[in-house]
Amino acid sequence: MTYDIVKSALTRRRLLTGAAGVGATGLIAGLPRPALAQSTPYKVGLMLPYTGTFAKLGQFIDHGVRLYVEQRGGKLGGRDITFVTVDDESKPENATENMNRLVAREKVDVVIGTVHSGVAMAMVKVARDTNTMLIIPNAGANDATGPLCAPNIFRTSFSNWQPAFPMGKVMAAAGHKNVATISWRYAAGQESIASFKEGFTAAGGKIAEELYLPFPEVEFQALITRIAALKPDAVFSFFAGGGAVKFVKDYAASGLNKTIPLYGSGFLTDGTLIAQGADAEGLKTTLHYADNLDNAANKSFLAAFKAKTGQDGDVYAVQGYDAAALLEAGLVAAKGDASARAAMITGMEGAKIDSPRGPLSFNRAHNPIQNIYLREAKGGKNNMISIAHAALDDPARGCRIGS
Amino acid sequence: MDMISFGVQLLNAVQYGLVLFLVASGLTLVFGILGVINLAHGTFYMLGAYGAYWLTLHTGNFGLALVGGVGIAFVAGLLLENVFVKRLYGRDHLAQVLLSFGLILVLDELRQILFGKDVHSVPAPAFLQGSIQLTDIQAYPIYRLAICLFCLAVALIIFYVIKKTRIGMIVRAGAENREMTRALGIPFDKVNRYVFAVGIALAALGGIVVAPLSTVYPGMGDHMLILSFVVVVLGGIGSVGGAAIGALLVGTADTFGKVFFPSFSSFSIYFLMALILLWRPTGIMGQRND
Repeated sequence: MTYDIVKSALTRRRLLTGAAGVGATGLIAGLPRPALAQSTPYKVGLMLPYTGTFAKLGQFIDHGVRLYVEQRGGKLGGRDITFVTVDDESKPENATENMNRLVAREKVDVVIGTVHSGVAMAMVKVARDTNTMLIIPNAGANDATGPLCAPNIFRTSFSNWQPAFPMGKVMAAAGHKNVATISWRYAAGQESIASFKEGFTAAGGKIAEELYLPFPEVEFQALITRIAALKPDAVFSFFAGGGAVKFVKDYAASGLNKTIPLYGSGFLTDGTLIAQGADAEGLKTTLHYADNLDNAANKSFLAAFKAKTGQDGDVYAVQGYDAAALLEAGLVAAKGDASARAAMITGMEGAKIDSPRGPLSFNRAHNPIQNIYLREAKGGKNNMISIAHAALDDPARGCRIGS
Repeated sequence: MDMISFGVQLLNAVQYGLVLFLVASGLTLVFGILGVINLAHGTFYMLGAYGAYWLTLHTGNFGLALVGGVGIAFVAGLLLENVFVKRLYGRDHLAQVLLSFGLILVLDELRQILFGKDVHSVPAPAFLQGSIQLTDIQAYPIYRLAICLFCLAVALIIFYVIKKTRIGMIVRAGAENREMTRALGIPFDKVNRYVFAVGIALAALGGIVVAPLSTVYPGMGDHMLILSFVVVVLGGIGSVGGAAIGALLVGTADTFGKVFFPSFSSFSIYFLMALILLWRPTGIMGQRND
């Protein structure tokens, strides 16, 4: 535990140095004067995990955001864009402090972040308290566009409810009646399982047992043995990142995949297929993106992403890319004026984005309305089989705006 | 739970415990004998796994990765001891924490430069691939069984060296009374260096053998570090035998905690630790200070 304390202290120092550097730059550039507000750059705070379990996800979101801005010559809605980055390390305990740093010290105009739901919820709280514009490019915590929804908070990814819900219908249609679920015990895992359960029981299925292990533990063996003893028809899982790789490999190594097919929320096989190798072959998952989506936006996005980074774009990169697209919709509506908040929000609410994932619009709670695809892992790609649910809205339970 | 499931779970517990022992043994040696708290232990575990990934990728030979990785770790340990750690013997634990925490940051950055942030997997050696059918539907990977044997062998070697050899005798004498050992003209400082290097090598070895079973990813050492400290404290600081018992207990508590008390599984091992420390405040095999 000493470890955590020391680590956060040192991170703080590192950030202070960074903050001092940025502060100095501000002095050289001269303090912004109100009359010239639009000629000063619009400041975007990127609060993402650049280290830790979700490091790669954070990096891809970062690349996606920057790619979109670069494609428009470094400007959105006529304003130059500058970035300030903060590594949130996927640590909820540091989240409020990190967010406050961006809002109070860096005085950013908008914050884009983050991956981990727990961190995102702390960011939502600060955004509500300080009325800061926040765009969530991944974290799916239902509450962010549910009870805690707010005019200044948008999401370009998904609610945890969305990708898992259609899987209930898909698995019931595949003839599975008795299904065990497994996930980490944290917000994203529990909400995904709950939504799968909602969809699956509505389609006539029964949950054999809900298995959980602490986040981000990767010792799955005990629970795999438990599944073998339960003998369900199939297993629905929610894991992401390094844990997803290990779970898929452990599951295959136990031989259970031969008799008890494994399904999952799409994060199980996104950004992880190369490491999972043959063990992931044929895995079916549901998500709001598939690698081979046959639309012009996706093709040009993938080509541009490859040219910029040398890597293949994925769902995380798309979510970052769309976060910048949504910001552009807002800045265009506000004519580049960060203080024209009402116009900006109206512009974002009405945005119809031609996303690489397909058509993307937003509901009253500012959560995406989007297609959820059924995909199958094949040769290192998540290929679309069918649209599991077209233009799926989120129930936005508990959200009071716009209702 | 029927007997077969119970048996398989017991196997899971023992296998997990043996891996924990392998990693924690290095920590307890360094902690107990040199009195140095090495927070970077988990980082060397991670680097071992990345080393296994890289060496297997480029040589296609896991055995070579094993020997090469341990060799590199040992040499790195010697260098680190010589340049940094030896200045800290007998110093405040906080100074050691600071140094080893600095090592974590530097090594983590180094890992990022060398290997990036991706998740990787490492193929097990060909003759250990495949699995044994345990129940009608569950199979057990041969590699997991092989790890059990390997960890047992390493444990026996450590015990033999410490109990039966001259080096082991010096190590034990030094752990007992550092100043007296030095006064008797025994080259304790030189032995220190090797103990530290062996500790690092054991951490890396843990990472290497776990790599094909686990996956290789940034931050994989963090959780292992905490578990290793639990094992070391449970077993009694500096006691390799205690670490073995502690590791098996942690493996069992974790495995059965997940099965029987799923809602409390995140603190089943800490609950065990609290109970044992109430019973024996210095750990199971720890020496009393009085």
